[in-house]
Amino acid sequence: MTDYFNEMFQAGQVRAPYQGLEGWTKSMPAELRQMKQAEAEALFRRIGITFAVYGEGGDPDRLIPFDMFPRVFTQGEWSKLDRGIKQRAKALNCFLQDVYGRAEIVQAGKIPARLVYQNEAFERSVVGFTPPRGIYSHIVGIDLVRTGPDEFFVLEDNCRTPSGVSYMLENREIMMRMFPKLFRENRIAPVDGYGDALRRTLASVAPAKCDREPTIAILTPGHFNSAYYEHSFLADTMGVELVEGQDLFVENGFVWMRTTEGPQKVDVIYRRIDDAFLDPLCFRPDSMLGIPGLMDVYRSGGVSICSAPGAGVADDKAVYTFVPEMIRFYLGEEPILNNVPTWQCSKPDDLKYVLEHLSELVVKEVHGSGGYGMLVGPKSTKDQIELFRHKIEEEPENYIAQPTLALSTTPTFVEEGVAPRHVDLRPYCLVGEQIELVPGGLTRVALTDGSLVVNSSQGGGVKDTWVLAE
Amino acid sequence: MILSVQHVTTYQYDEPMRSACQSLRLTPSRYQGQRVISWTLDVVGGTKGGSFRDGAGDRIEGWSMRGPVDKVVIRAFGQVETTDCAGVLRNHRELVHPFAYLRETSATWQDEAIERLAAEACDDSGTALARAHKLSAAVSEAIEYTPGATDAQTTAADALALGRGVCQDHAHALIAASRVRNIPARYVTGYLHSTADGEGHEASHAWAEVWVDDLGWVGFDPANECCPDERYIRIGSGLDAHDAAPIRGVSQGEGDESMNVVVALESVQQ
Repeated sequence: MTDYFNEMFQAGQVRAPYQGLEGWTKSMPAELRQMKQAEAEALFRRIGITFAVYGEGGDPDRLIPFDMFPRVFTQGEWSKLDRGIKQRAKALNCFLQDVYGRAEIVQAGKIPARLVYQNEAFERSVVGFTPPRGIYSHIVGIDLVRTGPDEFFVLEDNCRTPSGVSYMLENREIMMRMFPKLFRENRIAPVDGYGDALRRTLASVAPAKCDREPTIAILTPGHFNSAYYEHSFLADTMGVELVEGQDLFVENGFVWMRTTEGPQKVDVIYRRIDDAFLDPLCFRPDSMLGIPGLMDVYRSGGVSICSAPGAGVADDKAVYTFVPEMIRFYLGEEPILNNVPTWQCSKPDDLKYVLEHLSELVVKEVHGSGGYGMLVGPKSTKDQIELFRHKIEEEPENYIAQPTLALSTTPTFVEEGVAPRHVDLRPYCLVGEQIELVPGGLTRVALTDGSLVVNSSQGGGVKDTWVLAE
Repeated sequence: MILSVQHVTTYQYDEPMRSACQSLRLTPSRYQGQRVISWTLDVVGGTKGGSFRDGAGDRIEGWSMRGPVDKVVIRAFGQVETTDCAGVLRNHRELVHPFAYLRETSATWQDEAIERLAAEACDDSGTALARAHKLSAAVSEAIEYTPGATDAQTTAADALALGRGVCQDHAHALIAASRVRNIPARYVTGYLHSTADGEGHEASHAWAEVWVDDLGWVGFDPANECCPDERYIRIGSGLDAHDAAPIRGVSQGEGDESMNVVVALESVQQ
């Protein structure tokens, strides 16, 4: 039996960050709790927040379960995360600027050239073009897990268009509405500055040709997309336009938005569609979602695209292994946050180890996401393990493996009362003129007893995440 | 040699379109084998947009037209002085790492026949340059130059199975065969000046460039069993014909499109 780190209780004592919650839990009998839970659900339904996080697919109208028990960090815990996350976001952007430029990290032999240039996410078409301020990934979502009081590991980086931030904001909003007293009694750092910070970040990377207050637009694939709610939520929060490809056109070296008052120039596009669909003249010719000619405008400095096309090469699971090396190489610092030890099945020695220890390891597809194409050794049947063995032997370079981590637990409301459940954390780091991180993030919780899989498609829920002010 | 080019591409629509937009990779490269004396590129009635040189060294221009659009006429003309560099792309400014040209595309998909061709063409002995020549010769031999046997969508594997094709198929096959051997290779578009005796096949032409350590990119034209010389004008490159296309465009509307291309290439007396 693995000993999991319980973030509230240690040796029968309530840890400091959770002391303000002890009385609150006790003051809530089952009937009141059920009433509150129903109230929370009604609120979520009313605001319409019903989308699948992280592109997991599934029913887009499904409500992701919200657990009212907050997850809490002290200021001390957070300040280390804050420094570690910003350090990582900075290094990832340095890496992107480097590999689309002189590629010094490759020349220095710190990362294999093939891993970068043969990567599907490497965009040859943007080589040599440096976006404003040299920033490629403006919103970096970093997935973290905790295994002890001081032990945090980065599971993966998301440099393209990490979703889920609307949950972070809405979870807080709903908690404040339902439990105002809790927020009076505890000094909880606010997260509602995120919208302004995002707007500031996007405005700070307007192209040099923009000589006025930049016009920002969010580009969505449309209402059928599972994250459409978030796209419209963010547009509302920032007070910017939400557009689809057909609302924009290219002329004169600029991008224009069709409005009732005639065409309006757009300077910064926060796109929530993949590279491949951005521009049929540069990428997939059959794309109906993008804007023909967009990449020519972008590459001639007429518009900024966030995240920059090609940013995905930094968050590839095989490149992930090299992030600590990037931090040392570009920043001359030691990584504050550790990677999970990772075996690359493309390396013969690693492959041998992985195949011998499949029942203990978590195996992931290099390009997979959302918990699909994944093997959790200790939770799998012999048949599932054998199936994966074949897959790995077929295409070893397609897989990496990691130890099964003892994810920390936090108290969670369950049928019988309160019980520990495993959690992870995704904070959203903003990179523009400044690097900003709102104190909080999205905590995902595995609602099934014993489950280590927090993905909402597999029974995961979400929680409000608190960082206590000094 | 001084070559004079006139290249007019016309897209005609049977119903007016609401708008049209093009991305043109249609300006001769700058490298030791080529000096551009004059070059004009335009879209009749269009508005010029962003233009820049990309990481592969190609000049790209964006153009757009507001509707109603009956036809799009793209004109490229000018004079280029060429010299024979034995196919070597010397002094060409580009930043893209050669490994970026190891990626498979649908047109250069590597089937067993291509693997076999690449394996039988040469072993790992000898110089990289000699290997590239052997691969190119093997492709020339395997695919007979036959206009009309293939179309724009034909893949390298299809053309090889058929044993017939045109320059696009030869280039795709050489690219696929090189990549099978882990040698970076890419598609190149340009023009070829036909000599009076009918050698050389068409004015608009395509060939492949293969990466040779120590030399860099070296052009091979399996369709003509040679390396590009002063009869060739190099325009641009890409992973395959689609990626390297001199003209990429879309038009919005319901009309059906028909295309007409006229290329005149003449040697200018000095």
